[in-house]
Amino acid sequence: MSSFRKDKKDEEEGGSGNPFNNLEKASVLQEARAFNDTPVNPRKCTQILTKILYLINQGETLGAREATDAFFAMTKLFQSKDVILRRMVYLGIKELAPIAEDVIIVTSILTKDMTGKEDLYRPAAIRALCAITDTTMLQAIERYMRQAIVDKIPAVSCAALVSSLHMCQYSGEIVKRWVNEAQEAVNSDNIMVQYHALGLLYHIRKSDRLAVSKLVTKCTRMVLKSPYAACLLIRIACRLIKEEETGPDSPYLEFIESCLRHKSEIVIYEAAQALVNLKTSTSSTSSRELGPAVSVLQLFCSSPKPTLRFAAVRTLNKVAMTNPAAVAACNLDLENLITDVNRSIATLAITTLLKTGAESSVDRLMKQIATFVSEISDEFKIVVVGAIRALGTKFPRKHGVLMNFLSSLLRDEGGLEYKAAIADTIITIISDNPEAKEAGLSHLCEFIEDCEHTSLAVRILHLLGKEGPRTKQPSRYIRFIYNRVILENASVRAAAVSALAKFGALCDDLLPAILVLLARCRMDTDDEVRDRATYYYAILDQQSRALNSQYILNPLPVSVTSLEKALHLYTLDPVDTPFDIKSVPLALESETAEAEKKAGAPEGSRTIQIESTFEMLQAAEPTATRLDVFASQLANVPSVAALNLGPLFKSSQPSDLTESETEYVVQCIKHVFSRHVVLQFDCTNTLSDQLLENVHVALEAPEGWEILAEVPCPRLEYNVSGTVYIVLRMPEEISECLGSFTAVLKYKVRDCDPATGLPDSDDGYNDEYALEDVEISVADQVQRVMKTDFAMAWEEIGPTNELEDTYALTALNKLDDAVRTVVQFLGMQACDRTDRVPPGKSTHALLLAGVFRGGYEVLVRTKLAMSPQTEGVTMHLCVRSEDPSVSELITQAVG
Amino acid sequence: MGGLLSYFKGLFGSKEMRILILGLDGAGKTTILYRLVGEVVTTIPTIGFNVEQVTYKNLKFQVWDLGGQTSIRPYWRCYYSNTDAIIYVVDSADKDRIGISKGELVSMLEEEELKNAILVVLANKQDIEGALSVAEVHSALGLDALKTRTFQIFKTSALKGDGLNQAMEWLANALTNRK
Repeated sequence: MSSFRKDKKDEEEGGSGNPFNNLEKASVLQEARAFNDTPVNPRKCTQILTKILYLINQGETLGAREATDAFFAMTKLFQSKDVILRRMVYLGIKELAPIAEDVIIVTSILTKDMTGKEDLYRPAAIRALCAITDTTMLQAIERYMRQAIVDKIPAVSCAALVSSLHMCQYSGEIVKRWVNEAQEAVNSDNIMVQYHALGLLYHIRKSDRLAVSKLVTKCTRMVLKSPYAACLLIRIACRLIKEEETGPDSPYLEFIESCLRHKSEIVIYEAAQALVNLKTSTSSTSSRELGPAVSVLQLFCSSPKPTLRFAAVRTLNKVAMTNPAAVAACNLDLENLITDVNRSIATLAITTLLKTGAESSVDRLMKQIATFVSEISDEFKIVVVGAIRALGTKFPRKHGVLMNFLSSLLRDEGGLEYKAAIADTIITIISDNPEAKEAGLSHLCEFIEDCEHTSLAVRILHLLGKEGPRTKQPSRYIRFIYNRVILENASVRAAAVSALAKFGALCDDLLPAILVLLARCRMDTDDEVRDRATYYYAILDQQSRALNSQYILNPLPVSVTSLEKALHLYTLDPVDTPFDIKSVPLALESETAEAEKKAGAPEGSRTIQIESTFEMLQAAEPTATRLDVFASQLANVPSVAALNLGPLFKSSQPSDLTESETEYVVQCIKHVFSRHVVLQFDCTNTLSDQLLENVHVALEAPEGWEILAEVPCPRLEYNVSGTVYIVLRMPEEISECLGSFTAVLKYKVRDCDPATGLPDSDDGYNDEYALEDVEISVADQVQRVMKTDFAMAWEEIGPTNELEDTYALTALNKLDDAVRTVVQFLGMQACDRTDRVPPGKSTHALLLAGVFRGGYEVLVRTKLAMSPQTEGVTMHLCVRSEDPSVSELITQAVG
Repeated sequence: MGGLLSYFKGLFGSKEMRILILGLDGAGKTTILYRLVGEVVTTIPTIGFNVEQVTYKNLKFQVWDLGGQTSIRPYWRCYYSNTDAIIYVVDSADKDRIGISKGELVSMLEEEELKNAILVVLANKQDIEGALSVAEVHSALGLDALKTRTFQIFKTSALKGDGLNQAMEWLANALTNRK
């Protein structure tokens, strides 16, 4: 049988061009016995070694025994003086080193080769030697490595430098001692040696910022011959600028700018790109600052080298996302690139132009894209779609052209990511531009008629449910949605049922029809679909606005994993009281969307928040929220868990209590429970010669607050972070629950040896370190909640605990700044998209919703106006809540 | 090229002889190897092996010097096959470990693959005062017990280069006569 198979293989082998096609591990290893023959046949052995390497690279795995046998047989080949064979042996050693045992057997012979007379052997011998050497053996060859680094032959020096870099991973301490040699190699005339030497030096000093900045300062003064080294230096300088957050007069920045005049193109491009990245990452940049970088990129646009053109246009494209005005100067050059033979360059040029061009050129450019969009890959299509999205926000009046183009793209072939990008873009345009809504929705309706991606269909159905009922003619969407119920899989059917229910809840005239449809859905074969249909039918049948708003339109505000956990606990320990949903921690409303807004990236893939909890349940297995992670962390601290504080309500973002570059770095996270606060201090000791013991935080609490427990950190080693917890009971009176605490870090210092981390002596001394004050604000105690129908919620809560007041916000002189500040200060969710201020308005109404700790719902309605007499914004604030003291606290806090 | 070379080899009738230099660590094996090559080197403990080609009186030897540290001795056996001769080096001044040296020698000679190998024992480091004499080394290693093996013992000083020539002379003759 086996021989038959072999024959067949031989036949196939004859047909294919690859002589190694049908190699079998066993037979190759059998052949490898020829290594033991004397005299060695170099040509044959080279062939066999090639086969072994081929097998390994094809993913064949050798057992330790097989590899060791092959390895020892291979060592016999050192008797041959054949250069080609010897170099193959080096490769073999490198490949087999991680698998075979006892590979140190070749240490001596490789050491001899790396120091020997034959220059062809030396670099490869160094690489092989470093592959078989572990930390303990490294000391034995250290002397040779040091010599090799400064060897006069560039290839030897490069091999030693690169191998050192690899060995940093596990023998960093030893490699660190080679700093002087690396320093010498930086001065080499050879471009590769200089590059690798700089790389190694940087790697050795990476953790020590001061040393890195010294290195950069020194290197910027000596003109680096190697363009690669110069590029690396630019990157290191960039990292320093970002870490140190130095101002515009930083010497590093000066250096990078000077590189724009370098004679090597690669350096010029690196510098330009670095400047673009640095400048666009800071929000306020004038186009003047980007000027020099953009103008060298502009020159590259007309370069005869396609790589340069591509690099330049790609970077310009990036600049155009945040700073289109800066790129406008290149419009003429970009126009020329539209017809570039390289499709990638053309695509990038067009999308850049779409961002920088005037409204009048949109139609022409769209037509041009349409001619080649089918020829480019999905990746670039997504770039095009991204550009159209930006265009949509920039020129709302052009939505007609854009929508038509997008819908034609939707009809084309394409992967999920591409289709999702298109759908996202349509959705963004709809949400930003009410005029485009009807057209966009109908395009999407058409799309889901023939959509193979379940996740996308579900998203669109959700959107239809949200937006459809508020259009002029809601009835036209019903058919599209109900078609899904008939034709699609269970997930889509369930989403369609939810969407139908929303129409029923909002459009009274459609209600009877919807009830009929839902009644039919109750016969569905799928559990989830039936459950939803039954649920919605029961609620809609009551015909009660309040019920509709609470159970259909406004989603369950709690985190699903927490709800599951709470219910599980409740069932484990049955009590007479009914389950209180208010005790369940709330889901963090659109945390990701917030983060994206902060990043200010309109291009970023803004996913639609699937607000309906049902959808979330179904979409994926519930992922643990940040809150759940903290809750389980706190539950593992015995003295905190012992206090039985109840469920965690909210955890704040970490705030720094020290400067980032001080001896000790302390961050504070505030965990708010219904009556308590747990302060978590994450401390890091950045001094390598100190060991801190018994670290605790002394807190001065204002009246009414009580420190219940304190968990000190017994030991704080260098660069290992430790945590101190303090549990505080809040004052009974809610209105007194804002506070500022003076905090001092107290600890016992023991000096220690930086290398080992072991203390020098047994006794230490007590010391302390002043921290910034810890503030407990309103935002810490309020959780965001999304209300899809704010007006209804406002009426529901009633005017019982209403408080209002007027404030002058003198520090702010822009409406959108004021909106951002108020949202941040109160920590509540802006509803009905009132967090966006339409440009050119002098007044704005901001609607906020949240839940105060303890489960009290809070709604805030503010009216903001630019005041003509004085500088600043006037704000009228109206609070309604379920508890009078909560309303009081909020009005008080704003004042 | 290779074919041409072997052609010449055939012409002179000098097939490469395979020789192992063995012995405890610090006995002077690597120094002896490079003495044979004609170089004077300062050595460090051999981790693994060295291999060199040595020509002596028109005879070509392929000489393997295997490290003598306890951790490396187990690997000696990987290099036993096809061996024509063994040069066993003893540090004559290291009286404490001569017993260990004997043990290694005896167990090596029991190997089937080395059944026909010629043995040369070098009582090295004769330059050191108080070193054992050749006769003392001979008896300490229990060489009297060797009945069937072709072997000879020489006193040498690798550092000074004394005695190596006689040993090689004898070895070359022994190898030629064997055929």
